[in-house]
Amino acid sequence: MLPNEHMAPEASGERLSIVRKPSPHDSARLHVRGVAPYIDDILEPAGTLHVAPGLANVASGTITKIDLDAVRAAPGVVAVLTPTDIPGKNDVAPAFGDDPLFAEKEVVFAGQVIFAVVARTRDEARRAAKLARVEITPSKPLLTIEDALAADAKVLPDYDFNRGDPAAAVKAAPLKLEGQLRIGGQEHFYLEGQAALAVPGEAGEILVHSSTQDPTEVQHVVARVLALPDAFVTIETRRMGGGFGGKESQAAQTAVLAALAARVTGKPCKVRLDRDDDFAITGKRHDFRADWAIGFDAHGQVSAYDVTLHARCGCSVDLSPGVCDRAMFHAGNCYWLPQVKILSTRLRTNTVSNTAFRGFGGPQGMLAIERAMDGIAHATGLDPLDVRKANLLRPGGDLTPYGQKAEDADVLVALLDKLEASSDYRRRKAAIAAFNATSPILKKGLALTPVQFGISFTLIAMNQAGALVHVYQDGSVHLNHGGTEMGQGLFTKVAQVVAEEFGIPLDWVRVTATNTAKVPNTSPTAASSGSDLNGMAAQIAAAAIKTRMIAHAVEAYGVPENSIAFRDGVVYIGNATVPFPDFAKECRQARVQLSHAGFYKTPKIEWDREARKGRPFLYYAYGAACSEVIIDTLTGEMKVTRVDVLHDVGNSLNPALDKGQIEGGFVQGMGWLTTEELVFNDKGILTTHAPSTYKIPVASDVPQDFRVDLLDHPNREATIYRSKAVGEPPFMLAISVFSAILDALHSLAPRRQVPLDAPATPERILMAADTLAKRP
Amino acid sequence: MLSSPGQPQSHPRAAIRFTFRGAPVEISDFAPHTTLLDWLRLDARATGTKEGCGEGDCGACTVALSRQRNGKTEYLPVNACILLLGQVDGAEVVTIEDLATNGTLHPVQQAMVDHHGSQCGFCTPGIVMSLYALYRQSETPVTRGSICDALAGNLCRCTGYRPIIDAMMEACATVERSALPAPASVLAGDAEDIFIGDENAFFAAPAREATLSRLYANHPEAHLVGGATDFGLSITKGLAAPKKVIWLGRVQGFDDIHATPGELSLGAGVKLADATPLLGELHADLGEVMRRFGSAQVRASGTVGGNIANGSPIGDLAPSLIALGATIELQRREVRRTLPLEDFFLAYKKQDRQVGEYVRRIIVKRPAADESVHIFKVSKRFDEDISAVLAAFKFTLDGKRIVAARTGFGGMAGIPTRARKTEAACLRVVLDDERTWSAALNALADDLQPISDMRASAAYRQIVARNLLRKAFIEAGGGGATRLLASNSDLGLIDAAE
Repeated sequence: MLPNEHMAPEASGERLSIVRKPSPHDSARLHVRGVAPYIDDILEPAGTLHVAPGLANVASGTITKIDLDAVRAAPGVVAVLTPTDIPGKNDVAPAFGDDPLFAEKEVVFAGQVIFAVVARTRDEARRAAKLARVEITPSKPLLTIEDALAADAKVLPDYDFNRGDPAAAVKAAPLKLEGQLRIGGQEHFYLEGQAALAVPGEAGEILVHSSTQDPTEVQHVVARVLALPDAFVTIETRRMGGGFGGKESQAAQTAVLAALAARVTGKPCKVRLDRDDDFAITGKRHDFRADWAIGFDAHGQVSAYDVTLHARCGCSVDLSPGVCDRAMFHAGNCYWLPQVKILSTRLRTNTVSNTAFRGFGGPQGMLAIERAMDGIAHATGLDPLDVRKANLLRPGGDLTPYGQKAEDADVLVALLDKLEASSDYRRRKAAIAAFNATSPILKKGLALTPVQFGISFTLIAMNQAGALVHVYQDGSVHLNHGGTEMGQGLFTKVAQVVAEEFGIPLDWVRVTATNTAKVPNTSPTAASSGSDLNGMAAQIAAAAIKTRMIAHAVEAYGVPENSIAFRDGVVYIGNATVPFPDFAKECRQARVQLSHAGFYKTPKIEWDREARKGRPFLYYAYGAACSEVIIDTLTGEMKVTRVDVLHDVGNSLNPALDKGQIEGGFVQGMGWLTTEELVFNDKGILTTHAPSTYKIPVASDVPQDFRVDLLDHPNREATIYRSKAVGEPPFMLAISVFSAILDALHSLAPRRQVPLDAPATPERILMAADTLAKRP
Repeated sequence: MLSSPGQPQSHPRAAIRFTFRGAPVEISDFAPHTTLLDWLRLDARATGTKEGCGEGDCGACTVALSRQRNGKTEYLPVNACILLLGQVDGAEVVTIEDLATNGTLHPVQQAMVDHHGSQCGFCTPGIVMSLYALYRQSETPVTRGSICDALAGNLCRCTGYRPIIDAMMEACATVERSALPAPASVLAGDAEDIFIGDENAFFAAPAREATLSRLYANHPEAHLVGGATDFGLSITKGLAAPKKVIWLGRVQGFDDIHATPGELSLGAGVKLADATPLLGELHADLGEVMRRFGSAQVRASGTVGGNIANGSPIGDLAPSLIALGATIELQRREVRRTLPLEDFFLAYKKQDRQVGEYVRRIIVKRPAADESVHIFKVSKRFDEDISAVLAAFKFTLDGKRIVAARTGFGGMAGIPTRARKTEAACLRVVLDDERTWSAALNALADDLQPISDMRASAAYRQIVARNLLRKAFIEAGGGGATRLLASNSDLGLIDAAE
């Protein structure tokens, strides 16, 4: 069924013994025993002090007085940190210089850090921080997208993609629809909150253990704030208790607080944010308002799409340029839009600065067009799946709104056909119609939605990675690379690549903590790129060592190169079989270099942002999900009852880990679109401030019937073992849940448009149902 | 020195005792507000147990408390972050580090590895401990539904839970759970009063009600603590440092239960977990409310009396019991008084409780044959969520006519409350004639003026309350399916014919 013209060489005749195996996470046995250390579990050096931040309690205003006398006098307090303690710049922003470590005069969001307390214990630091008397003259905050639009408050200029004259084309289309979709933000809720432990060294050197996806960025920021050369700052990250984008730029502030405290006191200092503080201080997924118009015909064929994506960026730029750009890149999802305009605004509000979150804007852009596809179906009476299929990128209509050709769009077509059949979509659709006809209160819905997600950082310079591999004389292998482990299994996958290269058992490869002193100038572990980039860099490093070992074998044993093989922990050299450890020792004796720093940069990609031209993505990852829901039209309660997923991971490096990413991503996406609601009150205070009020999915929310399959099909691009990235794309499979809710609601009033925003909380579902069907 | 139960004593014990890592621990010097998690992580340097939220909602800090009770060893999962250290007196504290023996993983741990049940691993110790408690405690075969119930208080942000549920199914399928040995050392209960500190600052855990009564009368400003599932937050989030704490968990007889054909009497100290099956027997809807009440950890610590005395406008128990016609018994020294439960709640966070008076028991009438009970909990998330609206109805029926009605609402006012105009209007309802319903449905808006907050808007609450009354009429009249979720034990979807 699937085209094979791109079959990779190793796919046919490959003899792989480590890669493609469902090896468990490298820390699994430590996790289940509670002996995998996170930042707060690292054995503290003697004399370690603890830091707690003091936060602004208004969203906007001018600081008129800061009285910290009571804080300084509190039990256990060693130091109180304010801007005057900063040797370098008071700035923890990734690029735009607009995120102060401590607010100096202006407060720009509720939760902004104003000072920090260093005390003997964390409890003492927290209690002391509450004693501050900070006087702030409040000003009227801009809180909502509408506030920002009215004030023309933007963190960056607008940006757009254009093809043709979509406004005119929509007008001229036989049928048209327009709508406004509100898309909520999302709190990362990594289980391990932001944390860092800073240990001062000699001559100003500092080592920071940071729970971060971007050690290099944390290194830069620590150096900037402490006025140190980068070379004096080392960042180490063994593992995070979850990241999801929330520990990319946003880990810096916590790390800097620890580092500054260590600088000022000369002692090791630790920060572990209280969960409520973490909610208040750190950015979230951007909430959006999509204003869309779409022109189409009676067959559901789209002629033009015109969308404005208003993004609430919050109080500063942070990573919003990339997030908003990616929302635009995915605003067309997998569809051919002959005439199209995608306009993006980047709005400034007095709320926490929104940041990276799995999908990086892509989900918001994609949700808008999927909402429009359902709108077309509801307007025409066509099945939503047929509308989607009628508009897929295809030969003759294979250009995305930014001009990249969808070279393997046939993969998605095949994938959709396969899922349509395996999920029994048509029969269930009919059964649901029959159920709904006789069920006045409970209504079911079904939807099958596609995902096309571009893989590569859209900032071209970030598509690089390094890895450091050492082979020791006992045959054990030390692997270090620039990627960070946040649960996704990156360390396991990259170790599999290295073990495969040397033909040794996986447990001979020791992956060590990501460390800026071992592999420098890294990119964040983000954009789903971890395995693609670091897997390649590690393979290059291992292959370089292996090449030297082979050269030695050729010379020492007098055999041709093609008679040498590394397999099963043994090196086969002509007729000789030498255990790998023995051969490693032999190479060392022969003065063969057994260490190599590998480097990889993604080929083919280019992007001229000004000209809006190029190929920002090396390839696309595809997937689709079919979700069934049941709703209660008297309460708005909703339950997802069955989900079928088919996802394209290329040829999987590790099917178990990939499945974990798909299921976990789906459930996280489902939370974003259903129960996870960020509520700011009219003063700009986040009232859903902790898990008591902010509700991520629990076990019973996961569909009982959850069928996940991998589309095992080689990547047409020469990625590591022809695999595809898997971190983010599955998140958007959950759009099928939102569509299924629309479908269920639509049964109340066929051919009418369903007024539903995201997240589809019980309240929003009930209000939509009430609007559609006024009852006595 | 231990004294035998019932033996009079003059000197209370000035230390708590528990078992940790198989050895007895005695602690006499700790602040009353010290939490178990801080003791584990900071004093014992046992960092396997994690803090995820510090408010008992994420479950990363779950440990198991093992005690001998009624000749059995029980294993209760609790949130260590909001449990007072003093509350572990008499228990073995079992943490994640205890499970593997000589490098061999416990079957639950091994299955978690085999099924890829951990990703970032931070929630994993808490998840494993919740599963371990279920593994040890459950006397019936586990189901996917019962596992979901056991995990309602454990958040995982990475896996999507499916592999965790699979792991538990396998762990329980392959091992004879009942054959496992009890832990090496579990202290028996004793009858000593505990008093640590002085007249100005103390942690007290009286074993005899007379001691409690006297102590509380002398120190009416002391905090009475049942399970600390709310009180704990005042420490971890509010940064309170309460000086005088009286924990009720050791008061003998305080958790007494009297079940008669006509009523159920629950001592204030009855744990929510123990009350759950009894309330479920009383009425299935109440059982479902209790299944969704907090989480396994919250129900294992929290008490019936604590939930009521706390006076929360959004607690689920009070409105349910108000509708059922419950009474509350209060005690101060030797004086007891009883009042209808709804009269106990005076205003937001203000109850009819006099100085030195404490909640002693709740007495609930069982529904009669002609009484039809309907209780609904509506929240943003089904499990482990505070209700946007809790609505409870009891109709006395004469054929299709309602001849008496009682209601109880949570989330609709500053206190759990009845909707009395609605109750009166219900007397005009004929269940099989929808035209007769409107007076009652419309009366609700007169009775109740809810507020908007982060859980729901006032408008939504109004509509839902009205719709729930409507559902109750449909159900009472024998109408068709009106509910999405019956129970997690079968993951409760009403399976409509396809």
